[in-house]
Amino acid sequence: MNTEQPLVHMEGITKRFAGVTANFGINFEVRRGEVHALLGENGAGKSTLMNILYGLYRPDGGKIFISGKEISFSSPGDARKAGIGMVHQHFMLIRSQTVWENMILGLDGLPLVLPRREIKERILGISEQYGLQVDPDAYIWQLSIGEQQRVAILQMLFRQANILILDEPTAVLTPQECEHLFETVRQMTAEGHGIVFISHKLDEVMGLSSRVTILRRGKLAGTLDTSSTTKERLAELMVGKKMVFSIDKKELARGRPVLECSSLHALGDRGFPAVSGASISVHEHEILGIAGVAGNGQQELCEAMVGLRKAESGSVRVKGEDMTNRAPKDFIDRGVHYIPADRKGTGLVPNMKVSENSILKRYWKRPVSKGFFIKWSEVAAFAIKLVSQFSVSTPSVETPVRNLSGGNLQKLMLGRELSDDPAVVLAVHPTWGLDVAATCFVREQLLSHRERGGAVLLVSEDLDELISMSDRLAVMCKGEIMGVLERPADVPVESIGLMMAGTVIRDEAFGREGSQE
Amino acid sequence: MKLTIEPRLSSSWRLAVFIPVFSLAAALFSGGVFLYFMGVSPFQAYRAILTASLGDAYGLSETVVKAIPLTMTGIAVMLSFTMLIWNIGAEGQIFVGAIAATAVVRFFYTDSRPVMLIMMFLAAGAAGGIWAAIAGFMRAKWSVNEIITTLMLNYIAMNLLNYFVFGPWRDPSSLGFPMTPPFPDTARLPVFWGTRIHGGLILAIILPLLFWFVLKFTRWGYEIRVMGENPRAAGFAGMNYLRNVVLVMFISGAIAGIAGMCELSGLQGRLQHGFSGGYGFTAIIVAWLARLHPFAIVLVSFLMGILLVGGETLQIVMRLPLSSIMVLQGMILFFVLGGEFFRKYRIRSVKDDDAVPLQAAPSGEEK
Repeated sequence: MNTEQPLVHMEGITKRFAGVTANFGINFEVRRGEVHALLGENGAGKSTLMNILYGLYRPDGGKIFISGKEISFSSPGDARKAGIGMVHQHFMLIRSQTVWENMILGLDGLPLVLPRREIKERILGISEQYGLQVDPDAYIWQLSIGEQQRVAILQMLFRQANILILDEPTAVLTPQECEHLFETVRQMTAEGHGIVFISHKLDEVMGLSSRVTILRRGKLAGTLDTSSTTKERLAELMVGKKMVFSIDKKELARGRPVLECSSLHALGDRGFPAVSGASISVHEHEILGIAGVAGNGQQELCEAMVGLRKAESGSVRVKGEDMTNRAPKDFIDRGVHYIPADRKGTGLVPNMKVSENSILKRYWKRPVSKGFFIKWSEVAAFAIKLVSQFSVSTPSVETPVRNLSGGNLQKLMLGRELSDDPAVVLAVHPTWGLDVAATCFVREQLLSHRERGGAVLLVSEDLDELISMSDRLAVMCKGEIMGVLERPADVPVESIGLMMAGTVIRDEAFGREGSQE
Repeated sequence: MKLTIEPRLSSSWRLAVFIPVFSLAAALFSGGVFLYFMGVSPFQAYRAILTASLGDAYGLSETVVKAIPLTMTGIAVMLSFTMLIWNIGAEGQIFVGAIAATAVVRFFYTDSRPVMLIMMFLAAGAAGGIWAAIAGFMRAKWSVNEIITTLMLNYIAMNLLNYFVFGPWRDPSSLGFPMTPPFPDTARLPVFWGTRIHGGLILAIILPLLFWFVLKFTRWGYEIRVMGENPRAAGFAGMNYLRNVVLVMFISGAIAGIAGMCELSGLQGRLQHGFSGGYGFTAIIVAWLARLHPFAIVLVSFLMGILLVGGETLQIVMRLPLSSIMVLQGMILFFVLGGEFFRKYRIRSVKDDDAVPLQAAPSGEEK
């Protein structure tokens, strides 16, 4: 085999979906031993391109060569046989099975009696080689998200994939886990694997990749050598215009506390403790950020603070009034609004119209409602106002919400929750998966709410966002508040990372325990 | 060559017309083949069905008589289905409604017809409502699957009815038939135009209008629709899901119970074994065929009425056994429901090397 041949060579790839061109004439290449970053906003066509490479979609035009040989995949199985592996954002693992059982998932030609010992030995061999420590006998549900990702990568290596597609792998990891992942990636490239690294985060792309391909609206915006480019240049290619990184945030004196909880305990959906003795308070004119790796109780904390989850013990107060375990409606009536992470699953009703969704939190209030009745003319007027005020792009307010894009869903929800000038807004991952323009819009809205005297509780996995947006930053790990940082921008990121990983920081220089406000 | 199934991205009005017409034609054709092998001329059989059910005033009135309980029960189950609560127990709720109405006649008899009818009405509604609310409460309180409980409650209701008509309430002069004595006239709903069409007709007209209005224009109707589409969003908006589960089940059961009272007081005039004839189950099909739209329920109930009346005629005129009539009705429903599938999905043939795995159409890059 000619070593000069790239592992993957995609030429002129075009793919259309029902009138939308997701990919148009895209060339893409992965060489042996390189990390090739794939960058682009949401909807730029990254996932489509990778799903074509992984055999999930067939391209409408273009050719794919693997090690110089033209191929045509009709299923992910074919792609796997050609040595292509993909680690999705949501790992395709069977939670009720063990690590080693997941390794052999979908493998052909296994003997009737499984050679367990050999399989486990091979797992341990690979995990040794690439620094992917994992117990072959552990069940997937017992593992943390970071460990599950290791299993997913291990699975691909076990199947002898030499081309790995990592779809936003760092989105779910702590800074320490990210470093660990990067080590693994470097080890893999040293062994001659080719890695496609999909990411939104420019720093990671700059630090890890040797080349970057940027897609914009389904077209190739450029392929660059990472060493000869800058973050700003990449961002420019990505959005097509220069974007501002800094956030315009006024200095404001913190007002009275609006929403408080003390020694709050709550259970997760599976009945295990999810929030263990959390005490925080959000004040007027303040954004309180909550940092933490996904699944460490942030969402459960928010739900318990808006009446959607039972507080097992401890208390929740709104403007000094004890509201522990009151009905969600009572919280809404007192101006406590909640923007859930799960837009289509919790925040909106996908099959209902934009107008019907716009009144979800006010359908009992005048003027949209009068007595027992809903006045649909008022509803339409309200929805039209909301849509224009929060620049939701929709064909009409009669359109079912399921047809809107992620950014517009978020704008609609944000508008609905902010339109009453609530006392406090709890926003969970409000910019998750949004493109740059929508992200900026959401941040601006939250900041202007803070300026008007509102309180904001912001849960996010984007540490940069949290640090630049928050007046104070609480860090959560395993349901506990590890500390509340007064000026998060002045705290070294590594310390936040340590707190996210479970270290209680009491250093007076930057950290205090949460309950002592 | 392979066939793949894909969801349709949009459905045009042409399809909306063509598919039902085509499914009906296919149903009639295959039903015709079946009739042919039963030794009957399909044309004669279909003509017999139509003339019997629509051909004259009597036939038409009989069709309406069948459509009345179907419409009422159809509305009952539609309400619970709208909230995604599966009330499969309308049949049992019809029974307990009828039992309660009979009990009122036996134990609280008065000479005033309006008082008598209102008491029967209230008793039937309360009994049917409580019967369904039992399942609703168990669902809300302990997450007990309401499909199972409502289904099981059907059998309890059926045997309760049997107990009364075989036992303590049996008419001593019925020569052993399992039925109560006939009701006095004060306990009978008025009938119209010298036919068997009874006062239930008024409810069968009012209820669809009422629930169309309630679901579309009231706050509660909005809540029910939100809860049916997305219970999580409903909770998030401060709606009380559990309380409404019980309430919707109560109303659903109450309507079914009242349908039972109308059938009893308007048509049969006495409680007897095999009282309902499966209206509670047919109503489920009616509600689905009507896609849960209140007005469509009226229309579909009428079409079902044609099938039921026509079926009876075929038994008598063509001497076809009852089971073959049920096969014929089943085939027609099968095709109509099958057509629904083609409205939502299309089947495409692909060449072998062009096979794409079955999956939903991608929605851009949304993750």
